[in-house]
Amino acid sequence: MTLILGRKRGMTQVFTTEGNVIGVTIVEVGPCVVTDVRTEARNGYDAIQLGFEDVREKLLSKPVRGHFKTAGVTAKRFLREERLAAPAAFAVGDEIAVDAFAEGDLVDVIGTTKGRGFAGGIKRHGFSRGNETHGCHNVRQIGAIGACAYPGRVFKGKRMPGHFGNKRHTTKNLKVVRVDVERNLLLIAGAVPGPAGGFVQVQAAKTGIKKG
Amino acid sequence: MSSLIQTLEAEMTKDFVTALNAGDTVEVHYLIREGEKERVQLFVGTVLAIQGAGIRTAIVVRRIVQGEGVERIFPLHSPRVRDVVVTRRGKVRRAKLYFLRDRVGKKTRVTELLGDKARAAKVADATARKAHAEAQAAAKANSEEA
Repeated sequence: MTLILGRKRGMTQVFTTEGNVIGVTIVEVGPCVVTDVRTEARNGYDAIQLGFEDVREKLLSKPVRGHFKTAGVTAKRFLREERLAAPAAFAVGDEIAVDAFAEGDLVDVIGTTKGRGFAGGIKRHGFSRGNETHGCHNVRQIGAIGACAYPGRVFKGKRMPGHFGNKRHTTKNLKVVRVDVERNLLLIAGAVPGPAGGFVQVQAAKTGIKKG
Repeated sequence: MSSLIQTLEAEMTKDFVTALNAGDTVEVHYLIREGEKERVQLFVGTVLAIQGAGIRTAIVVRRIVQGEGVERIFPLHSPRVRDVVVTRRGKVRRAKLYFLRDRVGKKTRVTELLGDKARAAKVADATARKAHAEAQAAAKANSEEA
């Protein structure tokens, strides 16, 4: 498995040589630095911690500053761990760049979705709308939420209005259309969670890869 | 941030795209594939609308085939659109000519734009094409030298 951190930059479209149009998301990724190596002996599991994008030390708390000082790398804004099955082949300070991925690879992209605040059932769960005319007044209401004396309560997990978005989301099995090594860009077919400028993690797809 | 997208799109757009307006009569040279063979097909019609901007620019072209209206949408920057030639400039007062869909027979015609504007457009098109051809020839010569 390969992980790389970056920022979503926005969407555009590209033409294939056959003339088909593919909508792509531009993700500016890496170069990421290994800021820590977790080991079975010390931490109980194997992993590497990656850091992306330099940040002024002033913005960080003392413990975080100390963490970067022991690692001997410049302070980073965005830190994430990549869990490994075997002891890491990387050392602290190693760089991981876009070339970890190639055109045609399948990737999973993890990001934080756009926050919609307190949203109703239509936006949040895709409920259908009531009639606007013919004397109806239940236009965006959610409708019935249960039966009567039995069970006499509303079931847990009943889909209702509430806070929507601003939540970690994984979009699986997206295809890498182009890798721009010079500008550290990945062009990924399809949409990626979050706003333009939001942090994302791009990793090799966990499912969806055909065996053999 | 958006400037990054603009630079990327600028790299992918074609160097030369014919200057068009709604109401123009155009010939679209469109590459079609028949099994293994490829050939260029012409689609002649009136530009009803120009949609989108930058690399997403597309034109809606309408023509009447055997009494039946046919509309096709061509992305101008698609590699399969080889060329768009303006055969006649139209004199129109709006950007989207969807009202032509409801018209039948002689009423579907668009008045031709004549006079200085049309002549200037013709000259501009010719010079742009010439400049593009020269630039291409220069680029070719450069690549051969290298």
